[in-house]
Amino acid sequence: MTSLKIKSLSVKYGRHEAVRDFEENVRPGEWLCLIGPNGAGKSSVLRAIVGLAPHTGSVTIDDTPVKSRSVRRRAQLVAYVPQVPLLPDSMTVHEYVLLGRNPYVLGFSNESREDFMMVEEVLRRLDLVGYSRRELSSLSGGERQRVVIARALAQEAPLLLLDEPTSALDIGHQQQALELVDRMRREHGLTVVSAMHDLTLAGLYSDRLSLMHQGVVVASGPAESVLKADTLAEFYGVSATVHTDGDGTVVVIPKRSDTARGS
Amino acid sequence: MFVLLVAVVVGASIGPAGPPAWRVPLELINRLPLISLDSGVSSTEWNLIWQIRMPRVVLAGLVGAMLSTAGAAYQGVFRNPLIDPYLLGVAAGAGLGATIIFTVNRVGTSSWIVDPLPLTAFVGGLGAVALTYLVGTAFGANRSSATLVLAGVAVTSLATALQTFILQRNTDVVRQVYSWILGRLSSATWSDVRLVIPYVILSLGALLIHRRLLDVLRVGDDEAKALGVNVDRVRLIVVLAATLGTAAVVAVSGLIGFVGIIVPHAVRLVAGASYRVVLPVSLVAGAAFLILADIPGRILDNPAETPIGVVTAFLGAPFFLLILRTKQVAE
Repeated sequence: MTSLKIKSLSVKYGRHEAVRDFEENVRPGEWLCLIGPNGAGKSSVLRAIVGLAPHTGSVTIDDTPVKSRSVRRRAQLVAYVPQVPLLPDSMTVHEYVLLGRNPYVLGFSNESREDFMMVEEVLRRLDLVGYSRRELSSLSGGERQRVVIARALAQEAPLLLLDEPTSALDIGHQQQALELVDRMRREHGLTVVSAMHDLTLAGLYSDRLSLMHQGVVVASGPAESVLKADTLAEFYGVSATVHTDGDGTVVVIPKRSDTARGS
Repeated sequence: MFVLLVAVVVGASIGPAGPPAWRVPLELINRLPLISLDSGVSSTEWNLIWQIRMPRVVLAGLVGAMLSTAGAAYQGVFRNPLIDPYLLGVAAGAGLGATIIFTVNRVGTSSWIVDPLPLTAFVGGLGAVALTYLVGTAFGANRSSATLVLAGVAVTSLATALQTFILQRNTDVVRQVYSWILGRLSSATWSDVRLVIPYVILSLGALLIHRRLLDVLRVGDDEAKALGVNVDRVRLIVVLAATLGTAAVVAVSGLIGFVGIIVPHAVRLVAGASYRVVLPVSLVAGAAFLILADIPGRILDNPAETPIGVVTAFLGAPFFLLILRTKQVAE
């Protein structure tokens, strides 16, 4: 299992500072969820970890700085699923999942037998075997999400970064996708960092939440300590009640304002 | 491959002068080692076939293969299916180079030791693309492919403006320049073939070994990087290789439009969109296509030649519209 240490990470786009002095220590096998309003810097943190955002500070995976590794080696360690993955219309599911094997293909050679076997294996685990010849454009939203996760799993990276993995899905498929990530995490000992908007789901699936606001972490810890009505009011500007179920699930329910209700 | 072979034979057989068309395939077989066959083709007629038609067929094959493969590769690295190999200014730069040569040397270039026309067209084409790359990467801080494409448009306009300016002052060469721009294979010789073949082989080789990586690039720069691809390096090498080959064939054949778009698209329709298939199949199909497209020009208004650029544009323009239409329907 893989640990992730981030020290004084700052992400700047021109003059705009998207993330300032981000510190984090993700334990092996842990699921950390970044929450916060739009523009808080969640995606920028994920993009910096995978080397896509210009940043200062250090990102260390298993005690080796990411910057000292080649792009290929980094891709063997970190799998990244962006908010809106680009799915080429006429590509088949099998071709797409096979792309996940790229970090293991040397130079200009082709995928090996092991690579193809790995893809078969992932497709089987995710119940996608029947889809393997289908074109990506013919898939529904839930199927697309499953295929994208399949590609990330084919990458066999111990660290999985998910940017809003459920934002385009209905409530049933949200649950399915997160259950899938959770199962894979347990079976393969993955360390997961995700950015999510749905606070209830974030609290339900992750071990720990980090609340970001304007590029800075303002609260971090288990769901019941971060998801508090006054905290949410302060940083999201939302008026909500927070309710804790008997089993410890923290549920965030937005409140409708009284004036609107009266009219 | 079979289609290509048939195209070569048909291309060698048809022409305004020489032996009856059906005798040529027999003679070609006769010329193969270990086979002897009486085709009734005289040695003068064979000379005509070997010295005039064959280089033309071979050059058409090389140009077609190069333009189609370069087109497919450009479409891959820029993720835009409507891009052609002339995108980054090769055509305009080569055109400018050719214009300058026609202007400087009005009596013709036959007295020169080395024919300067292909050379200047080649240098002009490469120079224009180099300028595009410089401008595109200097101003585009994020080095996106869009900045590069826009820089290509700017450089193309600049080169075309310069060319127009020169032509305005030297109206007597307009006809020569114009016929060069329309593309010509009619004057092809074996020395033209020898001139381009190293560049074409180098370029095609470099493009073909990148075909798997072009498939990874289809998911976008960010995701390709996250999958361990050095995106900037791959794009640079592919653009360089495609440009080098394109500039070389443009230098000997002029501008033959649409081949770089219609051939890869036709291939995609038949064989799927994976670049592992599209690149090699475009190479073969492009060669066959251009050899065949060169034939109507020889017989349409005999003894004059219809430029091959006109033939490909005639086939290409409607096909282009068809692609646009099917894409819209699909969306």
